[in-house]
Amino acid sequence: MTDVSLGMPQLPAPDYPADVRARLEADAREVIARYPGSRSALLPLLHLVQSEEGYVSRTGMGFCAELLDLTTAEVTAVATFYSMYRRKESGDYQVGVCTNTLCAVMGGDAIFEELKEHLGVGNGETTEDGAVTLEHIECNAACDFAPVVMVNWEFFDNQTPDSARRLVDDLRAGRPVTPTRGATLCSFKETSRILAGFPDERPGAVEAGGGAGPASLVGLRLARGESASARVVHPRGEAPADSPQPGSEHLSSHDAPQQTSASDPEHPAGPAGEEGE
Amino acid sequence: MTVSTQHGGRPGTGGEHSAEKLLAPVLSAFWDEPGSWTLETYLRHDGYQGLRKALAMNPDDLIAYVKDSGLRGRGGAGFPTGMKWQFIPQGDGKPHYLVVNADESEPGTCKDIPLLYANPHSLIEGIVIACYAIRSRHAFIYLRGEVVPVLRRLHEAVREAYEAGYLGTDILGSGLDLELTVHAGAGAYICGEETALLDSLEGRRGQPRLRPPFPAVAGLYACPTVVNNVESIASVPAILHRGKDWFRSMGSEKSPGFTLYSLSGHVASPGQYEAPLGITLRQLLDMSGGMRPGHRLKFWTPGGSSTPMFTDEHLDVPLDYEGVGAAGSMLGTKALQCFDETTCVVRAVTRWTEFYAHESCGKCTPCREGTYWLVQLLRDIEAGKGAMDDLDKLNDIADNINGKSFCALGDGAASPIFSSLKYFREEYEQHITGKGCPFDPAKSTAWAGRNGMDAEVNA
Repeated sequence: MTDVSLGMPQLPAPDYPADVRARLEADAREVIARYPGSRSALLPLLHLVQSEEGYVSRTGMGFCAELLDLTTAEVTAVATFYSMYRRKESGDYQVGVCTNTLCAVMGGDAIFEELKEHLGVGNGETTEDGAVTLEHIECNAACDFAPVVMVNWEFFDNQTPDSARRLVDDLRAGRPVTPTRGATLCSFKETSRILAGFPDERPGAVEAGGGAGPASLVGLRLARGESASARVVHPRGEAPADSPQPGSEHLSSHDAPQQTSASDPEHPAGPAGEEGE
Repeated sequence: MTVSTQHGGRPGTGGEHSAEKLLAPVLSAFWDEPGSWTLETYLRHDGYQGLRKALAMNPDDLIAYVKDSGLRGRGGAGFPTGMKWQFIPQGDGKPHYLVVNADESEPGTCKDIPLLYANPHSLIEGIVIACYAIRSRHAFIYLRGEVVPVLRRLHEAVREAYEAGYLGTDILGSGLDLELTVHAGAGAYICGEETALLDSLEGRRGQPRLRPPFPAVAGLYACPTVVNNVESIASVPAILHRGKDWFRSMGSEKSPGFTLYSLSGHVASPGQYEAPLGITLRQLLDMSGGMRPGHRLKFWTPGGSSTPMFTDEHLDVPLDYEGVGAAGSMLGTKALQCFDETTCVVRAVTRWTEFYAHESCGKCTPCREGTYWLVQLLRDIEAGKGAMDDLDKLNDIADNINGKSFCALGDGAASPIFSSLKYFREEYEQHITGKGCPFDPAKSTAWAGRNGMDAEVNA
């Protein structure tokens, strides 16, 4: 995973330009002041240096080490441990396809394959235009919206290969993209600044996307005696082909009442009798 | 609301098993209101009333009250919350800390993130109550970094709480001072383990610590620290406001109260279902439309991938700490991932095992090396290159990981191996004798069977 280079050791990383350094240092001091022990600020500071360069550079790590009175080795050990820190120049949009078991089975594997082929990049690679870095990610705590795609750590729920392809096309074309839940997408650098602990200053960003997603509300609706809502949020930009229209009910096979979970005993559980072959 | 305390209710016996009777929305009760995440909405729903009651109590009495309520940790282990608070030594002259574990990363688990997105103030109120009880003046929310929309709302909710005097100095005139810091992680499943989380919060690699000493004695900065799950702390205000007897009227003697169940996978209505502890998967499926049409349940997890899997034999297991434990698994995070008969169990377990191998922090040899070798064996089996004695080897390696590492990640990695071999050994054997996987992954996708979409699956 890590490139091993033999030969001459690298020269020390250059410093930030003075103005950048002054700006970052003011931010860093603010972050450090939030913690009883300064080293606790290291993870936020690594997010902060990502907000400057889009990845954790050697310059950035040197900056963190200096401010926290750590060695660059100590900072590097931490920066390489966590998967959200990018180690090389990468795209404006980090597109992560969940391929942990549940999302993978529900279609995440197919979506990831589709995007690799469509973008012509592999895992962790960036498109030539510098717009999109593609990766597969682990469970992102949205399993009731599977399959899930994250862009700059915003939720794109209930994706299909087609909707995901259009999503990355929109990103590459610079068209505005809105997540299923959350605010209009900002760049990876801007996202990193929020992660460093600086609230999103854009007007309406907190309210954008509204309340809980549809899946989050199904239990509440049932508890109130309302019927179960449609299960699928229609994929981005697509007509909700199989979800009920306002004023109508049970347009979809997804809404067909099922007596119990074991309602179809004709289907054996094992692979032998199923669509194998 | 009348709440059933019966366990193992059977379907089809009438109105008392309706969703209205079986579910009990408390934390999720107003998630559908406009601006549900704002302080204004929270106050309209008795927000910060529990805090007022708590501040009128003596802190030791408050700890005893929460202990008497029977609230148990909702993050997986089920440890009594009040007891955790009681373990904090008082009068020791050291700072005390509360750290909320919002690093929700267990595969299948998706309850804390929607809770924080829709109702962050329930957590903040719970934090103030807990800090008053354990005499802490600084609390932290360790939120996994990969959920920026939730981070935005937490930032805003904390700002609102400071502005309204629920955080800061002399809270509600009680003399209580409290700072609350929202801390975003950076991507590491292991940081959900409480001692790894503390190391991470101290700016280190997230690696578990040897215990003892436990965090209650030497936690954050080696000071007494309580680490609680989001849902555990968020449940405290309602207990204070509506009383421990109300709380105990739900669930069972040993597993009282309400909790969030997260239904996902091949079900008709995936989502969050807040109910008294002890509801069964059959009841949840009955009320929500069952599995997707034309399919049947094959296997499921009661509490995330680290809890041994169940099959359709376990539909009537009461989903509380004792019930699931007696059936050979763990309640965990109540992440009910349901897979139907189109799903290859070897593929599912292989992917989970790849996850554990990726997320192993590397500190303990059995976990670091063992998960690596499990992946090699499983990939071979899944690809039809396995041998029969690989199955015993899998069991053996899992046995050499289970219980032999500092933290529960290793145990979690062993769970899907043990349980899948127990229930689906034949399916493993089919992969070996048939030299390949007999399943078509296209049939498992969310869009399988939808018009015009199957073609894309092979793209």
